[in-house]
Amino acid sequence: MAILTPRRDAAVQPSQVDSGSLIRRRNTTRDGGRRIGSHVLLLILVIYFITPLWWLAVAATKDTAGLFSGTGGPLWFDQNFNLWNNIAGLFEHQGGIYWRWLGNSFFYAFTGGIGATILAVLAGYGFAKYRFRGRNAFFSLLLGAVMVPMTALVIPTFVLLSNFGLVNTIWAVILPSLLSPFGVYLMRVYTQDAIPDELLDAARVDGAGELRTFFQVALPLLRPAIVTVLLLSVVGTWNNFFLPLAVLSDPNLLPVTVGLNNWQALSNAGAGGEQVWNLIVTGAFVSVLPLIIAFLSLQKYWQGGLSLGALK
Amino acid sequence: MALTPAATKAAPPLPVRKPRRNSIDLMDRKRQRWGWLFVAPFGIVFLTFLVAPLAYAFWMSLHTSTLATGTTFTWFANYVKAFTDPIFLGGLGRVGQFALIMIPAQMIVALVAALVLDNLSTALSKFSRLMIFVPYAIPVVIGALMWGFLYSPRFGPATDIFGLVGLAAPDFLSQGSIFASLVNIVTWQWAGYYMIIIYAALRGIDPAIYEAARLDGANGRQIALRVKVPMISSSMVMVLIFSLIGTLQFFTEPQVLRAVAQGAIPVSYTPNMYAYSLAFSYSQFNYAAAISFALGIVVFIGSYLFLFLTRKQSGLK
Repeated sequence: MAILTPRRDAAVQPSQVDSGSLIRRRNTTRDGGRRIGSHVLLLILVIYFITPLWWLAVAATKDTAGLFSGTGGPLWFDQNFNLWNNIAGLFEHQGGIYWRWLGNSFFYAFTGGIGATILAVLAGYGFAKYRFRGRNAFFSLLLGAVMVPMTALVIPTFVLLSNFGLVNTIWAVILPSLLSPFGVYLMRVYTQDAIPDELLDAARVDGAGELRTFFQVALPLLRPAIVTVLLLSVVGTWNNFFLPLAVLSDPNLLPVTVGLNNWQALSNAGAGGEQVWNLIVTGAFVSVLPLIIAFLSLQKYWQGGLSLGALK
Repeated sequence: MALTPAATKAAPPLPVRKPRRNSIDLMDRKRQRWGWLFVAPFGIVFLTFLVAPLAYAFWMSLHTSTLATGTTFTWFANYVKAFTDPIFLGGLGRVGQFALIMIPAQMIVALVAALVLDNLSTALSKFSRLMIFVPYAIPVVIGALMWGFLYSPRFGPATDIFGLVGLAAPDFLSQGSIFASLVNIVTWQWAGYYMIIIYAALRGIDPAIYEAARLDGANGRQIALRVKVPMISSSMVMVLIFSLIGTLQFFTEPQVLRAVAQGAIPVSYTPNMYAYSLAFSYSQFNYAAAISFALGIVVFIGSYLFLFLTRKQSGLK
């Protein structure tokens, strides 16, 4: 410590005029030992987070025998590359219902996600830019709703929907997915900061109506927040398990999450004919690809956006 | 100096302006009603799928249904039953334990990863950031299914990995270790998401502050713990609230692992699983509604209390 301190001060002083990022870089290159330590720590973390996915990718290329006693062990490929057969198997097993589940998942995620986003953008704008009666009361109610656990609503929602004969229809999944209090909260916080009142007033003075002001002036400025809310709500609906598990029983309507879980439960309980381990693993692998690809290719949109709620 | 003539000029027309102002106020008030139109579509969904189910659940929970007497209004009997029901209380205690272990585990992994990444700008660090985040893109059910396979002595690599150092692999799905196994799944799934939130907050800090701390003689660790962590406290509170709400309504992971871990996870492992089995295996919808509602109240009060206690850090009103 005593030896390090003077050297540190000497290195810091000339860099005072540098920009922040330059200072940062210089400090990290200076401490060679700590840098290696940091990278080792990162590598350990990456191995921890990526190993299960690696296992999944490898396991998707095996047949059932290979899964149990493959030549390369659980973390390496079997001599017998079976991925295409497994995918073909997904088309055959129970009439290719797997692809229907995957399609359902897409359908629910996009209708629910887009719907929830539209509602959140409208409501967030209304809360941020108008002072109507009852605004504060409604907004505090909404903030409280962020803290209501959504799963506590599943059983009463099920009973309510069954009173209207909507259980076991696509509406039972889509309609409750439209509710996103957190999305409204994010949109309000963002709208308040991103759109100055003067800009809207200028548009009004120029003769634009309220709707036109919203669509042509406000909406383009809200794009980063819209992408974030859309992503969060699509992922939320895509991940949903408890709601579809409770409200759907028709196998043709299930999303892929509930469907694969059913196969797994059957395979654990059932006799040889129902054990489709290779199809479960390959099905799981295929189903995670779209979202991973979406996240990796949309990086620049979500990386800043996910922290929106904490800005205020 | 320059202001005085303007002020005197403005003074005379004041009586004339007053009525005009009123009409602007009226127009303005009319305009503000547009706010309702923007909020209305969400308001309808809010009423239908949040307020109505909650109110209905509360109404249901005040009734008791038996074969002999049909449905009768029994006031708070179901709540008295719930808060003296050892199964429900056991489940609450269990999610409480999960909260105590799982939330710190996720937050420490997320915070350490974010602090390390914030100090680096190499290709490896960018790659690591994405890889640590990737589990968030995996649906919780698929994540739990996958870990079920990994834990399984038949499919998983544990036997091989522990065999390398000459040890017998522990049975991750036994009654004694299922708690830790579940903590691991949740940490794996969510730490990356929390890491991104914390990382974004760290990036928002002006680096000049670190420079000032360094001039005052702070070392890297002191800067991390005394400067960076306090400055991102509002993000940390948000992450904590997210994971608290998520943990108390724990359902998916234990429900999925139940099929694999034969006997280690009872149907009533968490309050949500208990409510689910009451409703869909035993058709006791009234009691299930009471359990759901009681759980909702516990979560709501818990997170509200937490926000209240940390209001200085979170900056929320």
